[in-house]
Amino acid sequence: MKLKHFKLDSNTFLLFITVALFILMYGVGILVFQDKNFGNLQVFLNLFISNAGLIVASVGMTMVLITGGIDISIGSVVAMTCMLLAWMMEKKDIGAIPAILIVFLIGVILGSVQGWLIAYLNIQPFIVTLAGMFFARGMTAVISTDMITIKNETFLAMAHAKMYLPFGGTVNRKGILVQPYIYPSVIIGLFVLLLIYLVLKYTKFGRSIYAVGGNGQSALLMGLNVKRIKLKVYIVNGFLASLAGFVFCLNTSGGFVEQAKGFEMEAIASSVIGGTLLTGGVGNVIGSLFGVLIKGTIETFITFQGTLSSWWTKIVIAALLCFFIVLQSIFVAAKGKLRGKKG
Amino acid sequence: MSNIKSVWKKMTGYRLFLPIFCLIIVLIINLIKTPAFFQITIKNGILYGYIIDIINRSSELIILAVGMTMVVAASGGTDISVGAVSALSGAVCVYALVGSINASAYRIPYFAALLLAALTGILCGAWNGFLVAKLKIQPMVATLIFFTAGRGIAQVLTQGFILYVRVDQFKYLGNSIPGVPLPTPVFLALSVVVVTAFVLKKTALGLYIQTVGINARAARLVGLNSSFIQFLSYSFCGLCAGIAGMIITSRVYSIDANNAGLNLELDAILAVAIGGNSLGGGKFSLTGSVIGAITIQALTTSLYAMKVTADQLPVYKAVVVIIIVALQSPELRRMYKNIRNKGAGKVTGKRAAE
Repeated sequence: MKLKHFKLDSNTFLLFITVALFILMYGVGILVFQDKNFGNLQVFLNLFISNAGLIVASVGMTMVLITGGIDISIGSVVAMTCMLLAWMMEKKDIGAIPAILIVFLIGVILGSVQGWLIAYLNIQPFIVTLAGMFFARGMTAVISTDMITIKNETFLAMAHAKMYLPFGGTVNRKGILVQPYIYPSVIIGLFVLLLIYLVLKYTKFGRSIYAVGGNGQSALLMGLNVKRIKLKVYIVNGFLASLAGFVFCLNTSGGFVEQAKGFEMEAIASSVIGGTLLTGGVGNVIGSLFGVLIKGTIETFITFQGTLSSWWTKIVIAALLCFFIVLQSIFVAAKGKLRGKKG
Repeated sequence: MSNIKSVWKKMTGYRLFLPIFCLIIVLIINLIKTPAFFQITIKNGILYGYIIDIINRSSELIILAVGMTMVVAASGGTDISVGAVSALSGAVCVYALVGSINASAYRIPYFAALLLAALTGILCGAWNGFLVAKLKIQPMVATLIFFTAGRGIAQVLTQGFILYVRVDQFKYLGNSIPGVPLPTPVFLALSVVVVTAFVLKKTALGLYIQTVGINARAARLVGLNSSFIQFLSYSFCGLCAGIAGMIITSRVYSIDANNAGLNLELDAILAVAIGGNSLGGGKFSLTGSVIGAITIQALTTSLYAMKVTADQLPVYKAVVVIIIVALQSPELRRMYKNIRNKGAGKVTGKRAAE
């Protein structure tokens, strides 16, 4: 019965292509790297483990992009969060839990300042978050220019708590059954994804985000408080950026100035590959997840291949990005024509 | 009294008032903090000093800001690939000249290499322009492609090494030619600005760009080829990135694809915004962008002069940028006016009561 309601409009079609491409790439990987166990469930789970932070960040980014804004500060916020966590726990002897709460608070404050400047002073999001990017990256250096490694036991316990899955185990060469595992960071990432997906789809707030992004003027005439909605989105995004930083830190267990450079562009690229339009009003967090997974798959390819250098990742992602945006533009153009005929 | 007031009003009403005002404030703070700031000395026939340094170092930024202004004005979007394209052009230039790590002589004529670098820039710009103008892709996404891939391609060319050019002539472009007291990049920047301003003023192109930026569809309907003008502006921006790339490479007579022109696109966009241009497209001021670029460099140089380390520099930059941009925000002015009007209303109310 449900299938009847399933319309293959341009948005779902773009999402469909992204998912299909991911499955295709993964399938090719399994065939090509058969001897290296590419098909192991663990390899698949590693995609989530190494990209958990990016998943959280790109979910936040997708929300911002849907309002028609942009946030290029998140890479620096991630770096600042990691550095702050490391600095507070190692140099100031603050416990893991208070430290984590403090960085979340800072993320929210940063998000609300940026959101206020964007929504109430009407300054371009690009410029505001550019300043935010400078600020956060600079603050990272102000805190410490040296690398700080986290040795806090509570934190490391959180980072290295392996959670074994009850299925999909493989027998290794010694004949011992190895269960695939994930880290808590993956749970956080997927939980955020699910939460924001539900918020965007089923709450008043979520729907009004689409309305604001689709056409701010109409949203205003509908009686929505456009400024406050934008502010809220940036606050949520600020929180998610610091959460992404925390998750990122679980993986790296340390802070240094150059960390997570270009992270914001990876998040934007993931969202775009997942079918989010930068003009606002169109987007889906599930698509962004697959955008992240595609990026992860390319990286895994290059690690498995062994001889290619890491900059090939960037070239391939750029080529994919190119493919997707051309596809998108064709769809948008087709949609426009259709609308013209109807009118 | 009223005369002064009207002059003041005229001055503050002038479009470039705020950008110039900001620059002057930065310079005055410098004068107080670092008294030696305005000293210029001559060593070996070359001028030295903080001011010269600012003008010299801001050259690339000015060139990029000029290109960026065109892009912003014509399409209402930003080209975030200029830093990566500069690195790519520099890499092409050096690769064409030497090709390997240990070469000490040119493989092809010097000017051919410069031409190649410029061509690389134009090609990248043209590709961006094609995506934006023909396929109607949002400028930031379209340029995100080269932002991601540019440095990667440059790395492939240089095989991941830092390539050096060990020929003295190569340094001339980014440093100074013997016998000329001012650094060469200053002249390059000046000529780019003058030529662009001349073309924009003497032909209708400047007007066309504004028209397209304000409303591309309306411009199309009055008979302007909107997409071609957008395409042109992106290609020009690419050319500017190419020229900036040559200067950057020549300054350090080597190419490091990872770090050449890093974050330069952000500074260029900032220069355009500080110059009082709307990032939404339409009306633009080339002079504003140039002043914006000089302001950014003045800020950077003066912070260095005040012993701020390179890593911590962005914090101050961010604060200043937010203040400058917030000052220019019409919303803030309206809020201020509202508050003043309320005050004024009270006063007139009192008078009426009397």
